[in-house]
Amino acid sequence: MAGDLANLLADLKEQEALKVVKDRLAKGDDALKILEDARKGMEIVGKRFASSQYFVPDLVYSGEILKAVSEIVKPKLTQAAAPKKLGKVVFGTVAGDIHDIGKDIVVFMLDVSGFEVHDLGVDVPVQKFVDKIKETGAPVVGLSGFLTLAFDSMKQTIEAIAGAGLRDKVKIMIGGGQMSEEVRKYTGADAYGKDAMAGVTLAQKWIAG
Amino acid sequence: MAKEWIDMTSDEKQDVMFARWMAPKDPEGNDLKFQSPQTEKAYKERITRIKDAIQMKKLPDRVPVFVLPSFFPVYNAGITPHDAMYDYDKLYAAYKKFLVEFEPDGHLGVDMPGPGKFFEALDYKLYSWPGHGVAKEQSYQANEGEYMKPEEYDDLIQDPTGYFLHSYFPRVFGALGPFQALPAFTGILEMYGLGYNFIPFGVPPVQASLKALMDAGNEVMKWLGPVMQWNMETISMGYAGIVAGYTKAPFDVLGDTLRGTRGIMMDMYRCPDKLLEAMDRLVPLMIKMGVGAAQMNGKPLVFMPLHKGADGFLSEAQFQKFYWPTFRKVMMGLIEEGCVPFPAAEGSWTTRLETFRDLPKGKTFWMIDNSDMAKAKKTIGSVACIMGNVQSDILALGTVQQVKDKVKELIDTCAKGGGYVLSNGAFFDQAKAENVKAMAEFGKEYGSKVYK
Repeated sequence: MAGDLANLLADLKEQEALKVVKDRLAKGDDALKILEDARKGMEIVGKRFASSQYFVPDLVYSGEILKAVSEIVKPKLTQAAAPKKLGKVVFGTVAGDIHDIGKDIVVFMLDVSGFEVHDLGVDVPVQKFVDKIKETGAPVVGLSGFLTLAFDSMKQTIEAIAGAGLRDKVKIMIGGGQMSEEVRKYTGADAYGKDAMAGVTLAQKWIAG
Repeated sequence: MAKEWIDMTSDEKQDVMFARWMAPKDPEGNDLKFQSPQTEKAYKERITRIKDAIQMKKLPDRVPVFVLPSFFPVYNAGITPHDAMYDYDKLYAAYKKFLVEFEPDGHLGVDMPGPGKFFEALDYKLYSWPGHGVAKEQSYQANEGEYMKPEEYDDLIQDPTGYFLHSYFPRVFGALGPFQALPAFTGILEMYGLGYNFIPFGVPPVQASLKALMDAGNEVMKWLGPVMQWNMETISMGYAGIVAGYTKAPFDVLGDTLRGTRGIMMDMYRCPDKLLEAMDRLVPLMIKMGVGAAQMNGKPLVFMPLHKGADGFLSEAQFQKFYWPTFRKVMMGLIEEGCVPFPAAEGSWTTRLETFRDLPKGKTFWMIDNSDMAKAKKTIGSVACIMGNVQSDILALGTVQQVKDKVKELIDTCAKGGGYVLSNGAFFDQAKAENVKAMAEFGKEYGSKVYK
């Protein structure tokens, strides 16, 4: 019944999912396999979000259930989980802006879609983006912002990435609050994503394509 | 003899509120003196225009034009948000310049920045403000968190004021931490034992908190002087401040301020009944808050910023279950007392517009940000005046021509039959002055042709 956990998590059945995890551990089931099933559940959550069956509260709740699963399983883990395969993305809310809800949703969706996301948080100084791109070699960068002040912060961040000689090594997307195609042109980004799924689609296109 | 307030219908009460707005008073309660017959005429024309647009009983003389910024007047005057929060003379001048320069039919007043030293005196945690957590050149921003714990629903439901005093205040005001130790005031009943209730007021930490409250109050008074003066002067110049005060949808009270977005979303699954009960408990308090502001300030419009019910934030079923019922109850309570609820649908609410239609006609006023305006006109617009939505990106980055094109498109789409106010869609900080001017001037020019 390996599918149970994935489906319970996908259906947001918190108590039942946690019970299955505990039962499986008690029976000596491999911790890594349990986590892998949980990951499959999250993949289903992501798909349901993409097809508008699920909304933000469902994402947030599934994340919370996953956290609870991980906490139970972690002490039993003997080896590290397999690394994400699709590719790396550096993500953050630009300098001066401390809004995180939108950013967290996109980061979550990229994560469950199989990307290795380096989330720099909010109010991220320009140099921190540059350093992280250098360190990780990530080919995709996501800049989030809610306020109109973010227009200039995004522009400055992209200029700094160019100044560090990295502009042709990365594709840059922007999104959040008052962002639009007009803002994309102003900032010099490669694309504007109107929602979390647009962000995932862009990352897939840029990394796989 | 004039009817008593209590015997009036909500229609009559609303008319009284508009009449009070039309006849502003000075702080002593006398008729406010206008600078000239022209400015008096301009003021009354503006209020009439707004009233006609909102009530939807007859066409206004032209489309009213509002400019409703966040910190834009501050940047436009060449000062910083920090200046505006700490130097009340600069605040005064910047916001006056804004009105004179753009001449909107309706504005949001001068009180948006708020007094910086007052927030300092209380060590306010819910927001970061210029020089305190964000740069002096930037607007204040909220620090969302779980200021209320999930296990505290019963405390809130049983005694909201007690909960705010003992639990919420100590978490959002660093200076009021000792308020945890305050007595339960409903236990103050008899002479016998009364002294014990007052022990907390004798201990130094609580006394320090009380001192902080007095310091904060003193700072508010320093700020209030210029703010009141500004209000009087700008009315005397013919300008109309539109909001009497604000209140909130109960879901946003919990989702923005108490539990936070993540918290309330968890509660929808883990304790939905408690969440619903708490929101019901908040309804009369939110009505009272709005009605009180309207009565005190003699104006009908009660602002309601809408946040966590936007498209995508909730499924339709979640919206219908958790957001809409208590939001509607608050609006109906305000309407009953002659107020005009003025919700700002920040972000996109396109999927909710049909639901909003379930309201009495001519009783509410909606600021629309990124929702589909054509759909807004057909849905909520059939029962309520709508306003918006020249977007922030065009105002900040576009050309004058783009702004004019947008204004024309909006008036063509929304103004037919009345019930429309042209304005920006989101409260903006950065914008090109020429674009804001184009919105205001071309809005008036083009908006005066449509009803002829």
